[in-house]
Amino acid sequence: MEIVLVGLNHRTASVEVRERVSFTNEQARRAADELRSRGILEETLVLSTCNRSEVYGVPPESSHECAPGLSSFLSEFHAVRPDVLSVSLYHHYDREAVRHLFRVSAGLDSMLLGEAEILGQVREAYRFAHEQGATGPVLNRLFQGALEVGKRVRSETELGTRPMSVAAAGVKLAERIFGKMNEREALVVGAGTISEQVVSQLRDRGIAHLSVMNRSRDRAEELAKQFEGKVVGWGEWDTALQSPDVVVSSVSAEEPVLRREIVESAMAARQNRALFLMDLGMPRNIEASVAKLYNVYVYTMDDLSDIVQQNRNARESEIPRADGIVEEHVGKFLSWQASVELVGLVEALRARMREERAAFIRARMESMNHLSEADRARVEGLMDEMLEKLLLKPAEQLRGEKELRRKIHNVEALRDLFLSNREKP
Amino acid sequence: MNHPFLILTLLAYVLSLGLYVRFLNTGKEITGRLGTLFLALGLVTHYLALLERSRGSHTVPYHDLYGSMSLFGWLLALTYLGLEFYHRQRSVGAFVMPFVLVFFLAAHLAPADRLAPPATHGVVFALHVTLSILAYAAFALSFVLSMIFLGEERHLRRHQLGEMVWRLPPLDLLERMSRSSVLVGVVSIAIGTALGFVSVDRLAGQHSFFDAKYVITLLVLILYVLYFRLARTTTWRGARASKLCIFNFVVVVLSFTVVNLYLSHSHRYF
Repeated sequence: MEIVLVGLNHRTASVEVRERVSFTNEQARRAADELRSRGILEETLVLSTCNRSEVYGVPPESSHECAPGLSSFLSEFHAVRPDVLSVSLYHHYDREAVRHLFRVSAGLDSMLLGEAEILGQVREAYRFAHEQGATGPVLNRLFQGALEVGKRVRSETELGTRPMSVAAAGVKLAERIFGKMNEREALVVGAGTISEQVVSQLRDRGIAHLSVMNRSRDRAEELAKQFEGKVVGWGEWDTALQSPDVVVSSVSAEEPVLRREIVESAMAARQNRALFLMDLGMPRNIEASVAKLYNVYVYTMDDLSDIVQQNRNARESEIPRADGIVEEHVGKFLSWQASVELVGLVEALRARMREERAAFIRARMESMNHLSEADRARVEGLMDEMLEKLLLKPAEQLRGEKELRRKIHNVEALRDLFLSNREKP
Repeated sequence: MNHPFLILTLLAYVLSLGLYVRFLNTGKEITGRLGTLFLALGLVTHYLALLERSRGSHTVPYHDLYGSMSLFGWLLALTYLGLEFYHRQRSVGAFVMPFVLVFFLAAHLAPADRLAPPATHGVVFALHVTLSILAYAAFALSFVLSMIFLGEERHLRRHQLGEMVWRLPPLDLLERMSRSSVLVGVVSIAIGTALGFVSVDRLAGQHSFFDAKYVITLLVLILYVLYFRLARTTTWRGARASKLCIFNFVVVVLSFTVVNLYLSHSHRYF
């Protein structure tokens, strides 16, 4: 009942290799079927995201023995040369495989530390594999544990709470001033990539109304259509600045496009209703003195980048706490695994002893013809009683005492000691 | 301070403060909820303690300064709890609870004064005093909210975003909470003052009674109505309105201390 993991991620493989080794749902199902039909794995789960492709499995024999077969399978399945793939692949076994998955689920192994999406991806991969019947008791327990770790890390640490992109940080700051965005309006000046990112964040936060102002009206209309906004004519500041609470500017201009007098007159028209200005242009799009106006909050690209850096540091400081949760659950899983294995071992031992008893009685009783049938039955009964006494107490202790199970680290050694290899359950 | 209700109240308020502070630090919802729960428990035991005190002194609990301070603390906590439920915001609890605790401790650590009974009594008089203290508590709460607003606004404008700023309520919500609190205060003080006049009117031979407290109360009422108006509709919204709210509370404190002590004939508590 060992666990093996073979995979690659953003640290070990280039984007080209990651793209070639990624799995669609259909491919994941097919790979799981083939791995089981070829006898490489008994239980299988494929986790494939944009940054990682990993195959988790329970092999019929030793996990170390099945890993080369698993690597070859991946190479064959995705038609990637083994020498190209082997430099990108990592192999983890048992404790390390469990720890790896729990760290993945917690967001500790992600490109963006603490990102929340991975937990959903792990949940989806598990749901899919479970529905296909590819998982069994071990992987079920393992992935349920991984989901629990992910949830705990997110609720008990601050690993995923702070915004990690300039766009997200800007929107979070706007929420510090206005609260929920669902009754607010935003004006986006410029229709480039960064504007698109901010607009996407604002839409995710439920912004009520969106206006787009751009030199090229076509592009403005395109962005407005994409995010269900309206277009405002370039330079029509008097009308454009009357209603929005948030203004995001990211145009390419040598001179500031939003000058103090424009904002000053807009604020008078707005009766000083608060205005949050995000200046993401380089050079700056908003005149520096605008920040001195009453109820106007100006954040530049540098300010937001500083916040992102602070957040990154804050997230990194949470790693030890998150790792603590991971280790706690690794211990829990291994303890469960040991208990299942130990109970199996005791059952196998009991069956073996019954066989031995039967053979022993057969051999010895042949020369004891003087014994009546009743005496023979009595002798057999006494032997049964003794064997049960020998095994019953340890079996009960193993079931009941968690600490004892934890102390027994090497179940294989016990198995080798009491049972021959052919009798492994 | 050896009555079980007082000890239980103290325990509940201290626990509530601790939980609110932890909620502010960690953002864990369960801690905030527990903070609210202990505050509610503290309010119940505090009420029972006030009842006990009024029975012991055979008069209303606000007969002396200490009693009125305790009642003030209780009403402050009650108003805050109402505001917390109405606006669904717990981050302010960590700032309000120290005030509740200070007033509770200041009132109950000292022995009850035995003063001569007030010139008037009855339900109308009791309502007059209770509503006036409720108004002071609501104004105190708006003062705390305005202070938080100014602190947060300052940090946001200077781009100094420490841990705390991410946990505090948004500026817009703080403004709304402050206005709600002032509304409670204005309505309470208006009704409370009217009931005060009714009480005075009932006193035989006191029809032309004048007290400096009338003037300061009228001033407080005008200032808060002005705040309520300015904070909503004109160029004063934001930090300016919060500063006005703080100024108004200074006038309230003057009314409660200097005016009561040295200028008023009938509002002296010690």
